[in-house]
Amino acid sequence: MDTQTLESPLVGRGARDGGRLFREWFDRLNATAASGDKAAYVFVMGSLSELITTFDIPTVFPEINALQTAVRRVSDDYINLAEDHGFSPDVCGYVKADYALQLKGGEHPMGTIPKPSIAVLTNACNTYLKWAEIWERMYDTPTYTIDIPGTRGLPDGKPEPPEDFERDWRYVENQIRELIPALEEVSGKAFDIDRLREVLAATNDMGRSWRRLLELNQSTPAVFDAMTDGTIFLGVANALRGTQEGADYFRDLVEEMEYKAANGIGSILNGEEKYRLAFVGVPCYPIFKRFYHLFADWGGAFVTSTYTWFASGGFYLDFEYDLERPIESLAEGLLLGVRGAMDAMLFHDKMLIDAIDRFDLDGVVYHPVKSCRTVSTGLADSRRMVLENRDVLCLFLESDMMDKRVVSEAQMKNRIDAFFEGLDSRKRRLAGVGDVAAGSGRNASGE
Amino acid sequence: MAYAAGVDVGSTQTKAVIIDEQEEIVGRSLIPTGANVVLAAENAYQAALTAGRIPEEEVRFVIGTGYGRYRVEFGDTQITEILCHARGAAQMFPETETVLDMGGQDTKAIRIAPGGDVLDFCMNDKCAAGTGRFLQSAAAALGLELDELGPKALQGTKPVNISTTCTVFAESEVLSWMAKGKRIEDILLGVHRSIGSRSFALLRRVGIEGEITFTGGVTRNEAMVSVMNEVLGKELNVSEESHYMGALGAAVFAMDRIRAGQAPALQGGEVQ
Repeated sequence: MDTQTLESPLVGRGARDGGRLFREWFDRLNATAASGDKAAYVFVMGSLSELITTFDIPTVFPEINALQTAVRRVSDDYINLAEDHGFSPDVCGYVKADYALQLKGGEHPMGTIPKPSIAVLTNACNTYLKWAEIWERMYDTPTYTIDIPGTRGLPDGKPEPPEDFERDWRYVENQIRELIPALEEVSGKAFDIDRLREVLAATNDMGRSWRRLLELNQSTPAVFDAMTDGTIFLGVANALRGTQEGADYFRDLVEEMEYKAANGIGSILNGEEKYRLAFVGVPCYPIFKRFYHLFADWGGAFVTSTYTWFASGGFYLDFEYDLERPIESLAEGLLLGVRGAMDAMLFHDKMLIDAIDRFDLDGVVYHPVKSCRTVSTGLADSRRMVLENRDVLCLFLESDMMDKRVVSEAQMKNRIDAFFEGLDSRKRRLAGVGDVAAGSGRNASGE
Repeated sequence: MAYAAGVDVGSTQTKAVIIDEQEEIVGRSLIPTGANVVLAAENAYQAALTAGRIPEEEVRFVIGTGYGRYRVEFGDTQITEILCHARGAAQMFPETETVLDMGGQDTKAIRIAPGGDVLDFCMNDKCAAGTGRFLQSAAAALGLELDELGPKALQGTKPVNISTTCTVFAESEVLSWMAKGKRIEDILLGVHRSIGSRSFALLRRVGIEGEITFTGGVTRNEAMVSVMNEVLGKELNVSEESHYMGALGAAVFAMDRIRAGQAPALQGGEVQ
């Protein structure tokens, strides 16, 4: 069975529960804003949520707030307001949406977002540093930037020597130890290392489920769409990282996906999976649902996505916190997680080639976005590398994750249709069915 | 006799080609697309039928292509112009491995396998710089007809540097060169070189291999052909039919369908 038609209360539970948890999380942020309680601003890559949660400070993810404005089709209101204040059209759309949100007193489609009492960030993205400076200027927000040394792979491909890795995580550990008193001051609570152990244990639990989840998409048909469903999962993974609620959600999700895999239930609603694809980059949020259908209507399923690698806080890596040495292990995890995120954005060619083999992929869709050069840099090189090493088709689609002024659906559809016609034609040729290209869609009357 | 037809509804011009069972072109037409895309498709098709003196009932399969492909209401199915240009190029020049299609509002670089299967393609994005529209803009700024551009550009000896990457700004850049007293011929040669350089970059993205076939409306501009030959260091395949290549490819696909006795499968995306 290829569609989500097999009746079971399990099927679709993850999407429903994920939506509910996400709304509840925003409700808690609304309550924080209303009461004037403290909130910490963090970023998806290297959030240090575990440490902040230890102090019971709610975390705010400005990237998630921003993308939600696009999904809810109001991002242009925010972007225009920021540009009225002098931001260039070329500046990151997430930054502009957050800046406008601050100007609007936290007003957001999901409620009211509290102001930052502290900002904790890493150098995973250059923009993070300048972004946090905005809050410093607006609110005098105490800002802590953890400097993470990048990957130190050797030219021969061997990993760095253990002593180098230890030097790096100890460098990160020292910075975390400097952050702890600041969090004590903001929260008014003393640091409790046993509470940190509990939080880290919940993250370990969630991480195990995450890895199992990604692995389950090796089944045919794929059990979830790595771009659309994956985005919901990422939202919960970031917002509820280090909580029992989050760990339970992912355990349930694995149960659902194992059921789907066992029963051959795919990710495409009312359709059959015909092509297995990887998605590279950030989704096109201004037309999120239609963007999915441009692929799904052809039977294209995103089986894996670099987004689920670089925006998952390192969950895809085979790492678990050592609860016997929590701060040291937190430093190791942060180091590996941020490095993993940067590598998944900038050096993903070998990871993609590996994914093509493991997930039996037919093609790779690259989606460079205008307003995030960090995630879009080097995609043309990656594409060339993939094409040189594997017999797949690649599609290069340029648009944006926030700014609908640079999203041209007609151009997009033209390229996507041509991509699937190429895949179809290639499948027919390989199957020896001749070289008749597929009909590219419905006729003009829509029949 | 069974005939097959391809109708390529482009942003500027609509082309129709009818082929016979030997895949020879027996009727063709080219008209401006204008504002009524449905009518343009119908008129181009009827004009091709008339030109070939072919009874409409003998055309057994029609494929629409180009941006207006969903508006070919009498068509049996649609295929994107990317596949159709590739197939048309392979039909006319069987050794083709790379296709450069330069149309009114976009330029495509396509790598193909023998027979015309698309291996990879790239297109200009969001901007008409490097396309036929760029030439139209320059023609408008200089008060020239489109057909005059090629011959004049070929008389250029000291091409100016057109640095802009925007079609709209190109017009003001052309005017600024005029104000500096540069010859029209040199300005036009600069415009053609600017397009040539952008097209070369696009071709490099898919890899430049084997014979390169030049398709699309801009192939009728001899200066553009000359500049591309110079930029690529080899002669491009160009024919009198190059601007019909998309419609030809669509017609060849249509003939495949007739031979396969195949009804059009309905699949793919919604009409936008």
